[in-house]
Amino acid sequence: MSDKIATRVAYGQALAEIGGNENIIVLDADLSGSTKTDSFKKKYPERHFNMGIAESNMMAVAAGLASCGKTVFASTFAMFAAGRAFDQIRNSIGYPHLNVKIGATHAGITVGEDGASHQAIEDIALMRSIPGMTVVSPADAVSANALVKLAAEMYGPVYLRLGRLDVPVVYDAGTKFEIGKGITLKDGKDVTIIANGFMVHKALEAAEKLEAEGISARVIDIHTIKPIDTELIIKAASETGAIVTCEEHNVVGGLGSAVAEVLVKNRPVPVEMVGVEDKFGKSGKPAHLVEMYGLTAENIIEKTKKVLDRK
Amino acid sequence: MDAMVKSQLKRISTQIRKDIITAVSSAGSGHPGGSLSVADILTYLYFKEMNIDPQHPKNPDRDRLVLSKGHCTPGLYATLANRGFFPVEDLKTFRQADSYLEGHPNMDKVPGVDMSTGSLGQGISAAVGMALAGKVDRKDYRVFAILGDGELQEGEVWEAAMAAAHYNLDNLTAFVDYNGLQIDGKITDVMNPEPIADKFRSFGWNAIAINGHDFDEIEKAVEQAKSFKGKPTVIVARTVKGKGVSFMENLASWHGSAPKKEQAEQALKELDDYLAGL
Ligand SMILES: Cc1ncc(C[n+]2csc(CCOP(=O)(O)OP(=O)(O)O)c2C)c(N)n1
Ligand SMILES: [Mg+2]
Repeated sequence: MSDKIATRVAYGQALAEIGGNENIIVLDADLSGSTKTDSFKKKYPERHFNMGIAESNMMAVAAGLASCGKTVFASTFAMFAAGRAFDQIRNSIGYPHLNVKIGATHAGITVGEDGASHQAIEDIALMRSIPGMTVVSPADAVSANALVKLAAEMYGPVYLRLGRLDVPVVYDAGTKFEIGKGITLKDGKDVTIIANGFMVHKALEAAEKLEAEGISARVIDIHTIKPIDTELIIKAASETGAIVTCEEHNVVGGLGSAVAEVLVKNRPVPVEMVGVEDKFGKSGKPAHLVEMYGLTAENIIEKTKKVLDRK
Repeated sequence: MDAMVKSQLKRISTQIRKDIITAVSSAGSGHPGGSLSVADILTYLYFKEMNIDPQHPKNPDRDRLVLSKGHCTPGLYATLANRGFFPVEDLKTFRQADSYLEGHPNMDKVPGVDMSTGSLGQGISAAVGMALAGKVDRKDYRVFAILGDGELQEGEVWEAAMAAAHYNLDNLTAFVDYNGLQIDGKITDVMNPEPIADKFRSFGWNAIAINGHDFDEIEKAVEQAKSFKGKPTVIVARTVKGKGVSFMENLASWHGSAPKKEQAEQALKELDDYLAGL
């Protein structure tokens, strides 16, 4: 539990591990040192192509490669993947449902010093609104490694949301994951905290502190925002009667919204959302920004108490 | 080119022009102007050049064509139908809710369509991806892309052009349907992309300028593109928007509007008269 590894590092390692599959092609846009696709490039230079600082082109090139049977990983920062190249992802990859995996690193405010222009807090909202797109936001390096490999094995477009920051490892090596299936990390009966990305770790921390105050909180990692694990969410709502969502994304359109969509249609219970409160990020040390934007165990505890009052 | 072959190609492209009119007038919408201007190029590629088999439209070794100017589905569909990919009769269902003939190309629904396009600028990138896959797999299929001249205003076209030259994609041949017009008028008035061939040359391409309605010139250019090693080739084909229908020629207003019933009848009659004279 003490190790800290960025999910982007796990992405690069996973690509290098599965790179023996000759069908895999990796594209990058002048960021292979940052997206960590350079670890694939070292082993398989003949199947790694730098497309230059031209993300829109890269996404549609990926579509063309995929139309010829390739499994393509196209990598850049989340901002320039989901943001800059939305039209290409939507029309050239999503609409024809091509086998392209978008390795979107540096998602969220934990990018840190580069500031708002590089901190995608809208990408999940954009990507999950594309029909047929699978959207994955792993909590740690163990799950990222596994989910990247699962993405490579399945057919169809996948958006992989990865972080720059070294984050705590929450899963034991060898844990089994399934795309579309959430994981209950801690049982509880009073409330359920649903998180993804590095907020899973914060949720566990909050749950532990709540326990000390006599509040029993269940913690679920919804690493796949789409297709979302409806069953697990409804069960949690039925059994605990209140939900708190936690994400490193705008509270508009992200995990909180996706969970709320499930609940309002199936099992309405009070929901509180922890996330970026509909404002842009800024420069700063990641740890400082996490405090400033309320992506903390303390805020989760506060929201949990609020949602319990509403029960 | 053999005179017999040429007259056969003319016959086919005229039939395709007729089918363009039929498709667009049945739909009551669509893009006749740029479909008519590109009809001879499509005819040459699908009936003389490309290694394709309508019985096996997904054969991995086939040549590929990406209609980057995706709005010209009437031209592409009429060509594919006449080549045997699907019944010509189905063109009458173009753009209808219960038809597979989507307004813009859909590679999952329409046999023979190699890439879904419609958002301008993206098709050429996808063609670059196909050509790159061909190089990686050491296959000798060729990739053709067709761009509009207005489409050249999209920055992505030049991102793709840079990438194609950088990776020496000599298995890629792009046509520019140089009809001089886009929706709001002349390309030179809206946002001048000229000089087109020089721009591609400066991006590292082999560039050839031709008359896009002359089958001899199309053939010569395609042959030259195939034998040119180390660089992609662009064929800048001078064309007439609305070609073959007198009242549509050189008018931006026929870019995206369908002829009324009487207009369609007149267009078909003109094309029939031309056929009779061949
Ligand atoms: C990205 C994008 N922007 C705008 C359009 C709308 N649009 C459709 S056709 C067209 C004009 C195209 O002109 P040109 O490329 O010269 O085509 P052609 O003359 O061959 O029909 C425009 C602006 C589009 N399809 N895609
Ligand atoms: Mg034009």
